[in-house]
Amino acid sequence: MSRPGRDDSPDRLYTLTGGRAHAAPDSPFDLVTLVVAECDPGPGLQSEHATILRLTQLPTAVVELAAELKLPVGITKILLSDLLAAGRVSARHPRRTAASGVPDPDVLEQVLVGLRNL
Amino acid sequence: MDSATSETRTPLGASADNGLKIVIVGGFGVGKTTLVRSVSEIRPLNTEETMTRAGEAVDDISEVRDKKATTVAFDFGRITLDARNVLYLFGAPGQERFWFLWDRLFSGTLGAVVLVDTRRIDDSWYAIDRLEHHGTPFIVACNDFGGPTYAPRQIREALDLDPHVPLLDCDARSRASGKQVLITLVEHVKKQYAGSAQVSPVPEELTL
Repeated sequence: MSRPGRDDSPDRLYTLTGGRAHAAPDSPFDLVTLVVAECDPGPGLQSEHATILRLTQLPTAVVELAAELKLPVGITKILLSDLLAAGRVSARHPRRTAASGVPDPDVLEQVLVGLRNL
Repeated sequence: MDSATSETRTPLGASADNGLKIVIVGGFGVGKTTLVRSVSEIRPLNTEETMTRAGEAVDDISEVRDKKATTVAFDFGRITLDARNVLYLFGAPGQERFWFLWDRLFSGTLGAVVLVDTRRIDDSWYAIDRLEHHGTPFIVACNDFGGPTYAPRQIREALDLDPHVPLLDCDARSRASGKQVLITLVEHVKKQYAGSAQVSPVPEELTL
């Protein structure tokens, strides 16, 4: 399996992102932000953008998109930022309690219930 | 292989709206991917992140060309917990360069499992030190490789493990065992945050 970030020419990544090598520091995307397409992949879209819209007909995490696209996470976030800015996708971010980053006790309980039901 | 990945995708339900993270840290060959696979609903996938040696994001693509950047690859799997919550399990290499990416990749993680091969206990020191540094709740799970068994006390001593950190044996190939590891971690996380809310604030996240 080829891994573009490492083995391919960086030129492909350069072309994909217009020279941007990583998402802005305030990128809203977490590894597990769930992305949902808000439109169909129409003609004229960059092929990676079209692929993302195809993959996100149902919610799909950023990290799964990166794996499917075989692109580094940072590059994937740039592509997603473009789509988000254009209103083509929406993002469901992980829920946190305030700024502390402490997980919501209710969510922890839901996780336990889910795991016990495995 | 490229097309097979997409064709065999198992999508989430339409109502999924909360992604959660648990990280499994351990040395090479300790069974991280095996553990992820045993509990994951999807075949483990692999992806990577790139960084400069200084741990900063690459600002200029020419740095990639000059090979100043380092790439860290990691595996992950997925467990749909209920209609809204989806848990992602990441198998992450414990080596030094990986920790530069911790904040970028794993901030907000529920907690971590340090997977230990008791024949190579020393491999785990660094991971435990870094998790303590980041204030990430964690447990230690010893993967059974059929080697000599040690008393928990011996392992705790060898790892210089805080008495509050749960330690358990597991068989990474077994779904039931992997499930127990995850439940132990989340119960520990719950206890830790319940305790820290009363006693002291949660450690601030430190950056390298």
